[in-house]
This record gives sequence, structure tokens and C-alpha cells, in this order.
Amino acid sequence: MSFDWRWDFAWEILPRLLAATLNTLIAAGIGYAIALVLGLVFALAQRTDYKILTFTTREFVEFIRSTPLVLQIFFIFYVGPQFGIRLSPWMSGMIAIGLHYAAYLSEVYRAGIEAVPRGQWEAARAINMSTRDTYFRIIIPQALPPSIAGMGNYLVGILKDTPMLSVIGVAELMHTANSIGAENYRFLEPFTMVGIIFLAISLPVAGLVRLFEVWVRRKMGVR
Amino acid sequence: MDMSIYPLELPEGDRPMVRFMNVTKRYGTLVVLDQLHLDIAAGEMVSVIGPSGSGKTTVLRMLMTLETINGGVIYVDGQPLTHMEKGGVLVPADERHLRKMRASIGMCFQHFNLFPHMTALQNCMEGPVQVLGLSRDEARARSEELLSLVGMIEKKDQHPSRLSGGQQQRVAIARALAMRPKVMLFDEVTSALDPEVIGEVTTVIRQLVAEHNLTMLMVTHQMGFARDISDRICFFFGGKIEEQGAPADLFGDPQRDRTRQFLSAVKEAH
Repeated sequence: MSFDWRWDFAWEILPRLLAATLNTLIAAGIGYAIALVLGLVFALAQRTDYKILTFTTREFVEFIRSTPLVLQIFFIFYVGPQFGIRLSPWMSGMIAIGLHYAAYLSEVYRAGIEAVPRGQWEAARAINMSTRDTYFRIIIPQALPPSIAGMGNYLVGILKDTPMLSVIGVAELMHTANSIGAENYRFLEPFTMVGIIFLAISLPVAGLVRLFEVWVRRKMGVR
Repeated sequence: MDMSIYPLELPEGDRPMVRFMNVTKRYGTLVVLDQLHLDIAAGEMVSVIGPSGSGKTTVLRMLMTLETINGGVIYVDGQPLTHMEKGGVLVPADERHLRKMRASIGMCFQHFNLFPHMTALQNCMEGPVQVLGLSRDEARARSEELLSLVGMIEKKDQHPSRLSGGQQQRVAIARALAMRPKVMLFDEVTSALDPEVIGEVTTVIRQLVAEHNLTMLMVTHQMGFARDISDRICFFFGGKIEEQGAPADLFGDPQRDRTRQFLSAVKEAH
């Protein structure tokens, strides 16, 4: 067994891989944006007084968290059309990954919201604030800083899970590397480069998240 | 329960600022307050004292609508607070009614509960802007005036984490006053403070009593302070008012054994 790394081949495929990296970043970015918003909706829905809504959301979140992402992707893409929902691979992938991570992020939000002392709710009530204002002006701003670390973990997580979208033919990084390998009967260079590209994105992201956390805490005057 | 014994509103001429009528509060089977009757006149300063677990803090929390009640009705300025009229009888209040009525009441807490992500000034402006709908300029003017009143104007741009307990409590008083309540509630506002800063908070409250015609209800462990500034002292024991009266009478010549025991126990502790 010998390593037979070919630099010329590596240089040749780099542009294609970088183009695919952009797709990966777009997929992760849109998926995360969906997850951030939907996660908050799931978290708040579980705190309403409407028992049915609370119960349904709780069960839905549990269901998503207990089944594999790849199954959810397949389900939306291949089973969706049976219910008249025809979506492109990109669209299916974004929705699947957004929903999946929304379920996880809702738990992060929930923990953050529950960690806000009860006295904050009572102070808001004592100045006669509406429930909505209490959430958006008092509770969520305080729930955010302690949640950032957890949210950052899932940002890296969603990035690393984008290769799952290759199973329905989304041309992200992994899918492209696989195609290059199959076309040239060479897998060493493309897959190694994919690993390095992921590493080169993930590491700075983790660092930036930590900086962001410090900045938010300082900005909000919360220690 | 027969609600028809409770009037839809209190008649002219018999309208204390606050009336607790038959108010009962239970946690499960534990009765915290048992058929409480208590009237507080407009402009009156009433202090509630008693051993812990006697239900005294619960009285304030019910009035602030932080606790629901299990029986009876609370009236504020003649109108039912905990209930509202529906088809000619009183039914438990909905959130809309509570929001309307709550506007008359302000409260300060033992642990201040300032909003940590806002400066002292922002804490005071939050209610006037978001709840009362004042313009930012009006709210700022009102808040700065109140921060001056409590001696905190120099620290208006500080976050609570940079303030001492006494300073935070003074900001909390300004925050509550900024809503222009008719009734102010003070729930053990000096209990969490270091001894040397208690004075700065009691001074502010004394000033309010002397210069403003607010109705106030205060739970406190500081007997000397309560005696100085109150029009009336209520001694709570076991979910009931065991004894009440003018400070000079209740402290100088208590009529009940439990009152005497409590007062002597408190005296020994100090």
C-alpha cells in the first residue's frame, strides 16, 4: 500500500470543490436561519396555555429528535409527492435540515428561557407588561447569552450534516467530491480536500461563536 | 360558591383604596390566608408584620395579581380586581381585566428584580414607553425626575450589575413610581440589603410617605421603621390578622399573647 497523492489532480479539482463549498455554506446558512426562527416558535409554542398546541409541539419535537435526519430528508423528498408536495432537492433539503435543527435549537431556547429567574416575570407583570412584550423585551434577551454556546454547537453541527443532502442529489461539497472521484477513479484527493475544507470552516466558526458570546454579554450588561 | 354576596363595585362613601373581602389563599391543602378582611384607605401607609409563613407576603402578591386567590374578592378603588362583571355577577378576571386593573398598582421586591440587560434609566423608561405608550422624551423626563428623587440620577446609565443592593432597590422604587400607581407595595425591600445601606432605601420610602399621597402597603421586618412611618400595623399570624392598630398601640401595648411573643422575640434578635 502506498500513498500516491497527485498535486496536479488536486489543483485541477480545487475550483469545482470551492464552488461546491459555496453551496454547502448556503445550505448550512439557510438551514440554520430556518432553524433559528422555527426553533423559537417551537420553544414558545411549548410554553403557551393551549394544552393541545403544547402537547402537539412537544411530541413533534421529540419525534424529530428521535429519528435520523437522513430519513427526514428522504421522507420530504420521496414521500412528499404522494401528498401532493413536490419540492426540488434543494428545497426538500433546506426544509428537512431546518426542521431537524429547529427541534434541537428549541431545546436550547427552552433551557435558556427557563433559566431566567421568576423574579423577572414578576417585575414585568408589576409594570403591567403584556406577555408578548415580556417575552421579547425581558425574557428572550436574557435567555440569549447563555444559549449562544449551544446555538454555536448546532451551527457547526448543521454544517457537518449538509453532506446528508447529497443523498437526494444536492450538489454540495460531499456530493461533488463523490462525483469527481467516480469520474476519475481517484478518491484520495477529493475526500481529503473535503475534510480539510470542513476543518477550515468549522474551527474559525467555533472561535467566532465564542467571541460573539462575549460581545453579546458585554453589550447587554449581563455578566 | 355564592358570588352574589359580593357587590359588582363598592358603593360611594364606602370605597377604601383597597379592600380584601373574605380572601382565602390555599396551596393544595395548606391554607395560607383564611377569609382575610382588610381595608386600606387612600393615602394610608399600612405595614404588615409577622413570623415567616404567616401569609404576609402573599397578601402583597395577591394584590399585585402574581397569585390567584381561592376565595373572596379584592377591590381596588371600588372596582373588583380579582374578578369582573359578567351577566350581572362576578366571575374570575381574565387577562384583559387584570391588565386594566394592574395599572393602579406598583410593587418593589425583596430581590429588586431589575432588568439586568437595561441601564437604570432604561429600567424606569420601559414601562412608561411600552405599557403607557409615552414618547421616549416624556418617559425619559419622568424617569430622570424619579431617579433624582431616589438619588440615583448620577448612575442612570449604569447596568444593575454595577450597582450596590441599596442602589438597585432605589432604582426599582423609581421604576415602580414611573408607572404612577395609586397603590405601592413594598415586599421586604430591605431584607436582602447589607445593614449599612438599609438607611438609603428607608430614607426614600420615608420621603414618599411625607411628600406624596400614595397608598402604601409594606411587609417588613424592621419594626422601628414600620413604627415610625406607618399609620397602621397589621400583625399576621397563621393566615389571619391576629391584631392591628396604630403603631404606638400595637408596639406599646399589644393586646394578644402572640403579638407580645413575636415582638419580644424580634426585640431579642436585635
